[in-house]
Amino acid sequence: MTAVAALLTLADSRLPVGGHAHSGGIEQAISTRVVTDAETLADFLDRRLHTVGPVAAALAAAACHAVAGDVVATIPGGLPANRHGGEVATGCTLGNASQGDGAADLAAATASHLDVLDAEADARTPSPALRTASRSLGRGLARLGRRAWPHAAWAALPAAPHHPIALGVAAAAAGVDPAGAAQVAAYLTISGPATAAQRLLSLDPLTVAAITAQLCARVDVIAHLAARDPGAELSAASDPWFDLLAETHASRKDRLFAS
Amino acid sequence: MPPDHNLNDTGSAVLAKTARRESEGRGRPLRIGIGGPVGSGKTALVAALCKTLGSEYELAVVTNDIYTTEDADYLRRNAVLPDERIEAVQTGCCPHTAIRDDISANLDAVELLEERHPGLDLLFVESGGDNLTATFSYGLVDAQVFVLDVAGGDKVPRKGGPGVTSADLLVINKTDLAPLVGADLAVMERDSAAVRDDRPTVFLSLREDPSAAPVAEWVRNQLAQRPIGAAM
Repeated sequence: MTAVAALLTLADSRLPVGGHAHSGGIEQAISTRVVTDAETLADFLDRRLHTVGPVAAALAAAACHAVAGDVVATIPGGLPANRHGGEVATGCTLGNASQGDGAADLAAATASHLDVLDAEADARTPSPALRTASRSLGRGLARLGRRAWPHAAWAALPAAPHHPIALGVAAAAAGVDPAGAAQVAAYLTISGPATAAQRLLSLDPLTVAAITAQLCARVDVIAHLAARDPGAELSAASDPWFDLLAETHASRKDRLFAS
Repeated sequence: MPPDHNLNDTGSAVLAKTARRESEGRGRPLRIGIGGPVGSGKTALVAALCKTLGSEYELAVVTNDIYTTEDADYLRRNAVLPDERIEAVQTGCCPHTAIRDDISANLDAVELLEERHPGLDLLFVESGGDNLTATFSYGLVDAQVFVLDVAGGDKVPRKGGPGVTSADLLVINKTDLAPLVGADLAVMERDSAAVRDDRPTVFLSLREDPSAAPVAEWVRNQLAQRPIGAAM
């Protein structure tokens, strides 16, 4: 069973990982008057959830799989312990590593797998501004995760991993399963922009919360599709509009948000 | 010469700074937050402190602004520090969130400056202009200064708020304007003392004292009182 309270913690917009300073492109969309009110906000969030959401969800689920398959949990002050035994590693290449090879081999395999996923995230993020934003959020989440959910897998991550990769590791370290990691990733693709729009357009917060709530069923569907088969190809959905928004936004001197 | 050293540094000054750091065994620079309402003179104070203390200590500054670089540009224009010692962060419409509730972006900037300049003694984090409740998290800074100006009205200290009551140093700025705006400095001093227990309050006019002497002296004391091998 997934750790639900930990999942809620990871999805909390007040989690101190830097999310409050990112608008997910909506500051630029508002500046260009594409988003002007509650209705256009709902359209924006729907589009973002269906294009950015599947990629973030798939990467987070895959990173969670990579770590959960490794089954190495850190006991503070002690040796790495085998947390679940070998049986949880279904469909994950890391699970094929021989138990006799020891934790070091597993850790190296996890590191290598997470490196590959980080490169996959780069490949799906053509905009340099969005890469910077994602790595900035990943850095913030890794900083928190190392403190909140100690786990050997944190050592396998670079200082500034892509956000979905850090999220997958945090989820695994917190006992959240890959489906849960995908749900958080998909939800965060809309929750941040929604509150940014609330601030920028002085919208009714109840209206904004209702729009987000109405998208939650779609969040679950997208997360389910992203996490159901760990052996499947990662989603390569793309949306050049968000890349363009991010690049235009990054060139401005008068922006309130980091992205 | 290491790239982090200002070209203005003389060799002996660099050696003295290094020797002091090594003898005191400091793990990382002292971080001081500078907060206060819009227009109270935070950036001018940071610029003055950089000018006054720049020859004594290795310094860097993080600015938080409504728009990215206004304050950082001011510091660059006034050439109080080389560009690579100033970092600006965005606060997503919430300056107090960035210094108190979610300090991630500021930590990123602080860590970047500390990595870029391994010998830093002192790092100022200037907040965006905010209200009387804005305080820095002690996860971000070691000590904090709150800046008010007399033109905001002499009743402001009486109103209190965490910024006024709990800052490690309260600076009442622009005292030269007091006669022009009808502000009674004695009232401000009395009210500040009443809400701040024993924490210090200083009066300042950068027009009359461009070195910000009382604040610079407080900063020196903070550095001197810092425990050996202070917290990492």
